[in-house]
Amino acid sequence: MQDMNQSDAVIRAENLSLTFQTNDGPVHALQDISLTIGKGEFVSFIGPSGCGKTTFLRVMADLEKPTDGTICVNGVTPEQARKSRAYGYVFQAAGLYPWRTIDGNVRLPLEIMGYDKADQAARVKRVLELVDLAGFERKYPWQLSGGMQQRASIARALAFDADILLMDEPFGALDEIVRDHLNEQLLKLWAKTNKTICFVTHSIPEAVYLSTRIVVMSPRPGRITDVIDSPLPAERPLDIRDSKEFLDVAHRVREGLRAGHAYDD
Amino acid sequence: MSWLRDRILPVLTVVLAIIALWYAGAIALNAPWAYDKATRTGEQLTVTTLIADTWTQDKPRLPTPDQVVREIWKTTGAMVLKGRGWSKRSLIYHAWVTLSATVVGFGLGGVLGILLAVGIVHNRAMDMSVMPWVIASQTIPILAIAPMVIVVLNAIGVTGLLPKAIISMYLSFFPVVVGMVKGLRSPDRMQIDQMRTWFASRWQTFWKLRLPASMPYLFTSLKVAMAASLVGTIVGELPTGAVAGLGARLLAGSYYGQTIQIWSALIMAALLAAVLVGLIGLLQRITLRRMGMLR
Repeated sequence: MQDMNQSDAVIRAENLSLTFQTNDGPVHALQDISLTIGKGEFVSFIGPSGCGKTTFLRVMADLEKPTDGTICVNGVTPEQARKSRAYGYVFQAAGLYPWRTIDGNVRLPLEIMGYDKADQAARVKRVLELVDLAGFERKYPWQLSGGMQQRASIARALAFDADILLMDEPFGALDEIVRDHLNEQLLKLWAKTNKTICFVTHSIPEAVYLSTRIVVMSPRPGRITDVIDSPLPAERPLDIRDSKEFLDVAHRVREGLRAGHAYDD
Repeated sequence: MSWLRDRILPVLTVVLAIIALWYAGAIALNAPWAYDKATRTGEQLTVTTLIADTWTQDKPRLPTPDQVVREIWKTTGAMVLKGRGWSKRSLIYHAWVTLSATVVGFGLGGVLGILLAVGIVHNRAMDMSVMPWVIASQTIPILAIAPMVIVVLNAIGVTGLLPKAIISMYLSFFPVVVGMVKGLRSPDRMQIDQMRTWFASRWQTFWKLRLPASMPYLFTSLKVAMAASLVGTIVGELPTGAVAGLGARLLAGSYYGQTIQIWSALIMAALLAAVLVGLIGLLQRITLRRMGMLR
């Protein structure tokens, strides 16, 4: 996995740093991050708040500019990747427009990107089926539960031809039962679509259950402390979380978090 | 039945209380004049004759509701029945004069307010430079500049409805600017970032996100603007020797001490405002329902 060749790398960061200038002095959100993510991988970023996991995702998405180092997305700069609509981004909140139906919300990026009407309809139908929301096209967001809204927002990120999916704690605000269900669905969806997924979370079970690779980060300065290749098989029923392999990986993640986290403040 | 109890009864109670207070106020305020008359004629006033007198004076300090209602009917419905609805003595005619200037002023103010807000939200220079002037414009008493506007426009040959509409616009654009700027800025950071991830143009972000998001704010500010428009028009009719309009009617009434006429013009203005604001409310409900934003 580590020695992939140039063309396989979807995301390649080298000595990436980002420092925010604030009134209280500089904040090192990211320091010296080097990471390569290959095509079709499911990579989770886990760490306590302030470790820069979200910032790293935002740098990939060209929502933040790094202050040092280089990063390539699909072989080009994040800005070029954004302008070629190379990724779909799922935020923590579903962020559906209350004045648009579910159909209209999923259609929104397609309208912006100029897909023709027939294509829009076909794509909306396809992705809504993919996230199990067929039949809810004409509902407004407030008529759906939180979990359904988040599925609609994932459908929206899948509707256009981006082979990267960046997800920033998409299930963070949902209860655990809904979260388990959505995790299971997300894995199926990933298997079906063969997208590269970067997934930010602060839940250890979620990270271990979903990922092919887990990146453990720690704060002040934001840096990578461990990268764990998951030994779990591709097929993952929910009860795999009671298996020894799963618990071993979870243990290693926990150790990584503990090692990186300074409790002296 | 519960609808009657929960919605009609409270409203009715308050209205009745106001009317009762009004009649009581009329007794208190008009009593001195009644005593005055009685002293001159040497009459002795009993409680009943005193009350009867205070409620039926020709030029009372405070006319009673029934006097005002009768005056309104005399100058509206009764004149229509006689086929003189558009006579210069008809309140309908005066209300129409005020209404037309108000609607034009409101339209101008609304358009100006929205355009300024769009500029302020999209252009940093405008944000820094225009907003202070917008706020400063509202600190000037409208009564002070209304005559100047009328005189200046008159000098360049603009008379009639337009000068009043411009004063009305001056008052009504302000709430629209403030409300619309807030509305256009109501999408949060995440929604703006989301648009960025789709590489949406500013134009698309405006049409698909900012503008629809601003609708509830727009309608709220339009209601305020409508009321301000009406005030602006009436003020525009006051100091200018206008012969038509509710403002002119108010002024004429105060020249000749015709309190009943003043009050009927006031009530007419209030009714007009209620209807206009109600219409905006209706438009708001229809629009938001069609947008799916009303549950």
